[in-house]
Amino acid sequence: MSEIVLDEVTKVFDDGYEAVKDLSLDIADGEFVILVGPSGCGKSTALRMIAGLEDISSGELKIGDEVVNDRSPKDRDIAMVFQNYALYPHMTVRENMGFALSLAGVDKAEIDQKVEEAAEKLDLVQHLDRKPANLSGGQRQRVAMGRAIVRDPKAFLMDEPLSNLDAKLRVQMRTEVARLQSDLGTTMIYVTHDQTEAMTLGDRVAVMRAGVLQQVGSPEELYSSPRNLFVAGFIGSPAMNFMPAEVSDGKIHLPIGAVDPAQIDGLDLPSQGKVVAGIRPESFEDAAIVPDETKNERGVIFEADIDLVESLGSDLYAYFHIASEGVQSEQLADLVGERLAETGAAGRREGEEQIVARLEPTSKVRRRQRAELWADTAKLHLFDPESGARI
Amino acid sequence: MKVGAREYSLWTIAIAIVLIFALVPVLWLLSISLKPPSEITDGRIIPAHFSLENYKSLFEGGWSDSPFLHPLVNSIVIALITTAVAIILASFTAYAIARLEFPGKRAILAGALAIAMFPPISTVGPLFDMWRAIGIYDTYLGLIIPYLTFSLPLAVYVLVAFFREIPWDLEQAAQVDGATPWQAFRKVILPLAAPGVFTAAILVFIFCWNDFVYAISLTSSDDSRTVPAALAFFTGESTFTEPTGSIAAAAIVVTIPIIVFVLIFQRRIVSGLTAGAVKG
Repeated sequence: MSEIVLDEVTKVFDDGYEAVKDLSLDIADGEFVILVGPSGCGKSTALRMIAGLEDISSGELKIGDEVVNDRSPKDRDIAMVFQNYALYPHMTVRENMGFALSLAGVDKAEIDQKVEEAAEKLDLVQHLDRKPANLSGGQRQRVAMGRAIVRDPKAFLMDEPLSNLDAKLRVQMRTEVARLQSDLGTTMIYVTHDQTEAMTLGDRVAVMRAGVLQQVGSPEELYSSPRNLFVAGFIGSPAMNFMPAEVSDGKIHLPIGAVDPAQIDGLDLPSQGKVVAGIRPESFEDAAIVPDETKNERGVIFEADIDLVESLGSDLYAYFHIASEGVQSEQLADLVGERLAETGAAGRREGEEQIVARLEPTSKVRRRQRAELWADTAKLHLFDPESGARI
Repeated sequence: MKVGAREYSLWTIAIAIVLIFALVPVLWLLSISLKPPSEITDGRIIPAHFSLENYKSLFEGGWSDSPFLHPLVNSIVIALITTAVAIILASFTAYAIARLEFPGKRAILAGALAIAMFPPISTVGPLFDMWRAIGIYDTYLGLIIPYLTFSLPLAVYVLVAFFREIPWDLEQAAQVDGATPWQAFRKVILPLAAPGVFTAAILVFIFCWNDFVYAISLTSSDDSRTVPAALAFFTGESTFTEPTGSIAAAAIVVTIPIIVFVLIFQRRIVSGLTAGAVKG
């Protein structure tokens, strides 16, 4: 167990591509930190640098107060779980899990004991003498974790360990990972592209984009006060809705109505000019459900033609369009793929922006009908359209 | 895939033709080797009388006088040494080529291919002179060196293909688990490449075992002459009889180790050994 400190760590590949730029991150002893971002954001490269599988081009990496830049992976005392598990196919589960210990010259009886203990934790006891080829995906995944925990290393590194599992198993293993980490109390760095995984697992989440760290914080912090458009768009599912807005006459003019800036805390609003407004789906509500005193106190009421309603039982998602020229931002462009996959914004047309609202299941909003909706403007996020930074 | 009856019978005929083409000469050889010397030229496929006379003649006289025993031992020793050395060197080379980035990597592969394609006969003359000059003419070493030259590229090619198949991640997992590069190679990579290693070993062994050109040119006595060359020096009962029977018997005997070698290692060449290593 040890803290891990990255100080302006940079990775430049031979072809000149900068995969990770000046990454600084302090990970406390026993902390569970998630590196999250879309594919190609450098999160895996960062993890592999910590593991020692990639050289560090510049900057300093410390594990437990020792600079380990030039140490080979075997001398860093860290365990890693690979995305594809990387189990040794010619060894049994027992041998796989005991491999590190046997390399370290631990005696046979102790290896057996530790492997048995780990196997018990992971419910693998009856599979110890089988080969990886004969295990199911979930079992292989557990063996990969078992191989890491028998060693009692300084830190666990996990490279998208759940991405090869089916959806149901993934949720189950996610809980398993969280339980394991809190039981063992070992520092863990976990890489994923799945923001749900990041939000549910981590003590702290570090969001990366194009090799640059965007924001580090607790899941709540990232959710409630994203530092820029990218983080705002990446964290949360369904994703935050963005719309262009303009500030004039002391008001924020949104396509759905004008808002008094006084309703929003901690705002340093320019007196004039364009901004980008973000509203999370749950900040919308069916106007009929919202109590009158709340409506009087804050928010805007507007009418919308509902394109589609998805009822999940606990929630109701309503999709509608607003007339808008769209939000142009490099940071959001990076997210387009993710957002399309998530919202399935197929019916996107020129000059319109699709908005998702998460309503109470009791709402009477129906498809292809006009509905009166209320937006909680106290939870409005505003961003600078040029830099993408939070205002 | 469902195979139609018509297609099925066509394939059966095609396979039968190939089998007949390949196996009839061997059967003929076997038949000749089992005939008594007086009936060898009778032209029958199935011998009228079976006799082990020809086989006996091979080993008659024991270690000192048998025309076959020395060459047989030479063949075995030379082929085994060459195979062992070639496999060790080739697995290091192939590993480096498959895993490491270094300048001249392509040149090494291209060079290896060029050497493997080189007609052996063109090197025989120079080798003959060189070996006599440095004193390894008619020695084991004198044969092992050219055999290595030709079999190494072959082994490297086969092994590179196998090493490339092994997921990179496995080796990195081993490194993170605390293995030195050598440990990772020996305990993870090599066991997984075993089918490739055995394939390469069989190919190298067969190449050495079958070679005639070097064996006949670079040896002058039974001290190092291998079987293919020794067969050419067999003598008949008298000056006027061809040693057909004993050559046939010797040919059958030298075939046996190859068959045994392939059968033993064939079991080891199991495909899918790496199944389950990584999700795929």
